[in-house]
Amino acid sequence: MQRRQFLGLLGATAATAVLGKTAQAGSRHFTGYPNSYGVLFDATRCIGCRRCEAGCNRVNRLPAPARPFDDLSVLDSKRRTDARTFTVVNRYDIPGKGPVYRKNQCQHCLEPACASSCFVAAYAKTPQGAVIWEEGVCVGCRYCMIACPFDIPTFEYWDPLAPRIMKCHLCYPHLTAGTLRVPGCVGACPTEALVYGRRVDLLREARHRFHLFPGRYLDHIYGEHEMGGTNWLYISGVPFREIGLREDLGVTPAPEFTSGALAAVPIIAAAWPALFLGIYAISQAKDKAARQEKRQALREALAKAQEECQAELAKVKAKAEADKKAAIEREVKKALEEAAKARAAGEEGE
Amino acid sequence: MSAQHAPVTTVATERPSLLTPFNIITGLIVLVGLILTVLRFTKGLAGVTNLSDNNAWGIWISFDLLCGVALAAGGYTTSAACYVFGMKRYHAAVRPAILTAFLGYALVVFALHYDVGRPWRLPYPIFYSPGPTSVLFEVGLCVFLYLIVLFLEWTPSALEWLRLKKWRNLMVRMTLALTIFGVVLSTMHQSSLGALFLIAPAKLHPLWYSSYLPVYFFISSIAAGLSMVIFEGTLSHRYLHHQMDEHYLSAHDQVALGFGRGAAIVLVVYFFLKLVGLALDNNWHYLLTGYGAMYLVELLGLVALPALLFAVGVREKNVKIIRWAAVLTVLGIVLNRFNVSWFAFNWHLPPAERYFPSWMEVAVSIYIVTVGLLVFRFIATRMPIFHEHPDFREPAEEEEEYPEHETRPHPPSFGH
Repeated sequence: MQRRQFLGLLGATAATAVLGKTAQAGSRHFTGYPNSYGVLFDATRCIGCRRCEAGCNRVNRLPAPARPFDDLSVLDSKRRTDARTFTVVNRYDIPGKGPVYRKNQCQHCLEPACASSCFVAAYAKTPQGAVIWEEGVCVGCRYCMIACPFDIPTFEYWDPLAPRIMKCHLCYPHLTAGTLRVPGCVGACPTEALVYGRRVDLLREARHRFHLFPGRYLDHIYGEHEMGGTNWLYISGVPFREIGLREDLGVTPAPEFTSGALAAVPIIAAAWPALFLGIYAISQAKDKAARQEKRQALREALAKAQEECQAELAKVKAKAEADKKAAIEREVKKALEEAAKARAAGEEGE
Repeated sequence: MSAQHAPVTTVATERPSLLTPFNIITGLIVLVGLILTVLRFTKGLAGVTNLSDNNAWGIWISFDLLCGVALAAGGYTTSAACYVFGMKRYHAAVRPAILTAFLGYALVVFALHYDVGRPWRLPYPIFYSPGPTSVLFEVGLCVFLYLIVLFLEWTPSALEWLRLKKWRNLMVRMTLALTIFGVVLSTMHQSSLGALFLIAPAKLHPLWYSSYLPVYFFISSIAAGLSMVIFEGTLSHRYLHHQMDEHYLSAHDQVALGFGRGAAIVLVVYFFLKLVGLALDNNWHYLLTGYGAMYLVELLGLVALPALLFAVGVREKNVKIIRWAAVLTVLGIVLNRFNVSWFAFNWHLPPAERYFPSWMEVAVSIYIVTVGLLVFRFIATRMPIFHEHPDFREPAEEEEEYPEHETRPHPPSFGH
């Protein structure tokens, strides 16, 4: 290889790495971790034998159920997962189609509601595809159970001090430890109604089956886009709502429902103090102006009163002065008159 | 001992029977509460609640948390009105409102210790393992900080009681900062309590689910706060009258009129915002269903009607009408929080899978409210809540009304 070619390739690789990363960061549309794994469930193949339930129970060392797994009469009533059962199969009697079975467990969302709702980050979406919960930090607030659109997380309500959230973890601990090669339920399925593989391959496999068996399936892979996509995928010959899968969930990943409200929080934190200090300043200024006006009026009234007082005083003084003067004049006049009188009397006496 | 405390001493020397109806009832409630506490922490949540995997939150969230926080909104609304908006004539209402809010939030946190699985981990989201993508994280952080703010806002009453003048004056100087911080935190967590349910559009009935949920919760919390101040004022006036001084009593009706006016405006804004949400999501057709009837009861009977009553009461200066309007508003907020978190939540589930509380859950909620009532009474009969402390009255008034005075204002007496 020529040196220039090599460097050129190096540059291109670097550019791709940088640009690729930038593009990824800038894009709001997350389509899941590449090469993440999931399971494809085929409702046309499931026979409702409950072996998957037994397999799950065994590998996860869950307590034995009240009725054994080969007792199929439990299918007569609708069941849900609970803290001792990570997966259940339900039977749906579809008119004209006979019984259709559907397995339920965690769907392992690409952008899980539970993980985004957890206020201690006890959940994680692994790059391998599983949504897992760690006991170490969980407070037991159960907001994940509120948030999950599939009603999957369950809680050990009977435990007074250390109740756990329990749900399917896609056998993540067993697969990473190497004790299992496929999840317990998949390994136990006798009819290949469950297939474990890379999600992209599962999508391809589902479409392949649509192509191979025309008329057998509805042209929809449940979980490809629901709630932004899930690692667990379903295909079926009957409408999904008839086998207990909600069709009204939409394709928006759960974290987007709250991202707007969370984005508004810093705005309040930043703008509110300024706004309210402004209001405070205005009310203070108004008060101050009112107070100054009052004080001014007070001062003016005081000055006016003093002025009046002074004027009054001056008037009184002037009057007193005038009175005094008049009195003096009167006295002088009197004296003069008396003197004149005395003189006249003296002249007479002479 | 000051003049205000004199009646208490005489009562103490007379030693009346402790078996008053009030003491017997509250004593029984507290006893039941303590037994249920033991049950909760030995048998787990399953031992006392009807919670299930489908219904993870019950009335301890619907009532104790959601209603508790909304009804404690009187703290930030009153202190903001008085200290930020400069409505000093409401000054007498601030201390009772702050005390109620502080106890309200403290009880919310207390109640959460029953509800969550591992209560000793409640500090985890803040100090150990934060999950900032969660709305609940924001609620937790704000409630934690606001509880501290409310405690600091309440301390002047306690410090006056303890006659720690220097510390008390220091705390009083922080009033404005604390008030604004309290408004910021309240805006954030009141709205976030509504935002909690944004993540579950598939579970909450469309009449209550709206992208405006945070705005609804915030606006309605203001109405709730104002109404609670009026409502509690009425109750306190009846039962704690001997604690009240001239300053409080003369302001009492003024507060009802002023807050009634505010509540009328806030409720009208809230009413029209609810209509906007209804129109925006085009949910009109749901009004003709059973849930629609519930929605109309809430919106017309417990939002529009009290708004009208408040307006009439203010116009006619009729405090009685205002008090009734306040009660209706409080009921409306309670119904709204119940609808969002309980009645209209999980509406897609069949009736058999829906939640209804056990009597023990209700009893624990009553027990917690009773504890709050007892602590409130304990504090309000000892500390200067409904009256001003005689030692602190004069300087406090001067500081607030004439902060920068150079000439001490004196009565206009001249001509001598």
